[in-house]
Amino acid sequence: MTNETRARGADKPALIVGVLLLAVAFLVGYDAAQQTIVSTYGIGPTAMPYVVATGLVILGLAHFVTAFRGGLPQPEAADTGALLWIAGGLVGLIGCIALGGGFVIAIALLFSCTARGMGRRAFAVDVAIGFGLGLAIFLTFAKLLTLILPSGPLERLFL
Amino acid sequence: MDTLLSLLHGFSVAFEPSKLLFCLVGVFLGTAVGVLPGIGPALTVALLLPVTFKLDPAGSLIMFAGIYYGGMYGGSTTAILLNAPGESASLATALEGSKMAKAGRGGPALATSAIGSFVAGLIATIGLAFLAPWLVEVAVKFGPWDYFALMIVAFVTVSATFGDSPLRGLTSLFLGIALGLIGIDKLTGQARLTFGVPELLNGIEVTTLAVGLFAVGEAFYVASKRFRDPEEIIPIKGSLWMTKEDWKRSWAPWLRGTAFGFPIGALPAGGAEVPTFLSYSTEKKLCKYPGEFGKGAIEGVAGPEAANNASAAGTLVPLLTLGLPTSATAAIMLAGFQQYGLNPGPLLFAEKPDLVWGLIASLFIANVMLVILNLPLVGLWVRLLAIPQPWLYAGILVFATMGTLAVNGSPVELTMLFAFGFMGYLMRRYDYPVAPMVVGLILGPMAEAQLRRALQISLGDPMILLENPISATLLGIAALALIAPFAMKGLNQFKANED
Repeated sequence: MTNETRARGADKPALIVGVLLLAVAFLVGYDAAQQTIVSTYGIGPTAMPYVVATGLVILGLAHFVTAFRGGLPQPEAADTGALLWIAGGLVGLIGCIALGGGFVIAIALLFSCTARGMGRRAFAVDVAIGFGLGLAIFLTFAKLLTLILPSGPLERLFL
Repeated sequence: MDTLLSLLHGFSVAFEPSKLLFCLVGVFLGTAVGVLPGIGPALTVALLLPVTFKLDPAGSLIMFAGIYYGGMYGGSTTAILLNAPGESASLATALEGSKMAKAGRGGPALATSAIGSFVAGLIATIGLAFLAPWLVEVAVKFGPWDYFALMIVAFVTVSATFGDSPLRGLTSLFLGIALGLIGIDKLTGQARLTFGVPELLNGIEVTTLAVGLFAVGEAFYVASKRFRDPEEIIPIKGSLWMTKEDWKRSWAPWLRGTAFGFPIGALPAGGAEVPTFLSYSTEKKLCKYPGEFGKGAIEGVAGPEAANNASAAGTLVPLLTLGLPTSATAAIMLAGFQQYGLNPGPLLFAEKPDLVWGLIASLFIANVMLVILNLPLVGLWVRLLAIPQPWLYAGILVFATMGTLAVNGSPVELTMLFAFGFMGYLMRRYDYPVAPMVVGLILGPMAEAQLRRALQISLGDPMILLENPISATLLGIAALALIAPFAMKGLNQFKANED
């Protein structure tokens, strides 16, 4: 557990969280203010958003207080490269599905990029494994569960 | 008598060969996924939910029960052999369990945890079977105001007892409730927070949030600190079986652990964290060999494991009878119910007795299967732990996205999965608990609906919440639970004492 806290100065992460919470609160409140349908009796669809927005404002302000009183737990240094590889893999997957590239290629991309991010160096091997895994899953879903995952040109060969 | 008859009927449902098969598959899959490091029962259930998508409701819920118990068993295996508890409820197990494994007594540690889970699960499931019908009768008399108050209690206890800081817990909860607002308001048809994106009209899928926060977030988190010393698997040496001495030292902790776990789990306060640590400290005090604690005392594994399993069965009480999830796992199970248009609560017992009692009966069966299957198979599970980390997490991400794609394969849904994953990473990094967010997403809309129904009945008078004794009491408890941690840093101190 990383529970060491900072002794002096404002804790930046806590301030950022506070600002973000206020932003979300504003968004929720603004959306509620724009609504046109009101309930004839009882309370309408806007009541809960206002309650939530109020709660978020309080929590945001509490984070500002926290920022000056020790702040959030200090995290360890993060390996940004690893994060970028995995994020890249996920973006690749979303892009591949959105553009109709199909499930198998998308999974191969995700698998190999994640493995790379976690420290593997044999990229080609991992692409092959991901490809095999994707194909196996696709066929299992298609044949056993009669559920067709997103298909591209490659998947149609098997259907 | 009615309970026994219903239960017998439940067994007749659960003993159909196809149901037994579903249960077996569930136990197997649940253990296999649950044993992977960093994956607790909540995530196990979330990841495997799509697999049950196409089965009939009864079959898939029975498979669920198996997955649930299997995931818990797998989690304790990881806690013992890897000292990597997948969730806070196995923290106590890991304390003594990993020490036992290091001392070459991994086999007995696994055995006492498995048999202890079995005993606890059995007793707690009997408790569930007898408590549930009684609670259903109470719940029938509940008005919307009472339900609303009950949900407020769950909100407070879930966010104030998970994690170290009530502020961070409440932040997580409120963000979850805010996410729950997204979509069409069920009472008026007003679209809220959709920003013109049609995919958002149906609201946020609980499974997308859960898988994103738990699985994708965990993968990001592990990757971000992968240069730290990797976890080492402790090989099992010596016999797998418990000696006579081990049995003698285990049976009382099992029963005491059950006695802690079931009632606390059944409270709307829920959670398995408190009973496991309570059990741990009790065993430490009662142990005849106090010197062994900290070096691998079998009581320290037997008690908390029993407490963990008993509280898991306990959380099913509010889930089945009131439709109230009090843990992340229960929240995801509720999502599983809703996937089939089933709403747990008193009505479900009346309308679908086959299903409810079949589920309860299959909890017994899942328990038996776990013990029979998993002790001999432990070698196989250990080998799963040896999968290289890059492949392991790449595989987890593949499963996570597969689930989302199977249910709703739109790029918008995948983007949400990614965004929730990154949010889960940041929350882990800054020590925000993720479970309250899932509970907030699923309970938020329910609480809102109950409140509005209550206020419609009272013609807008909010005093109705305080005029009814049950809801007034519950709201009082919630207020107390909210203030208490700030006043005396309750659980923090409690936890500090345990170390």
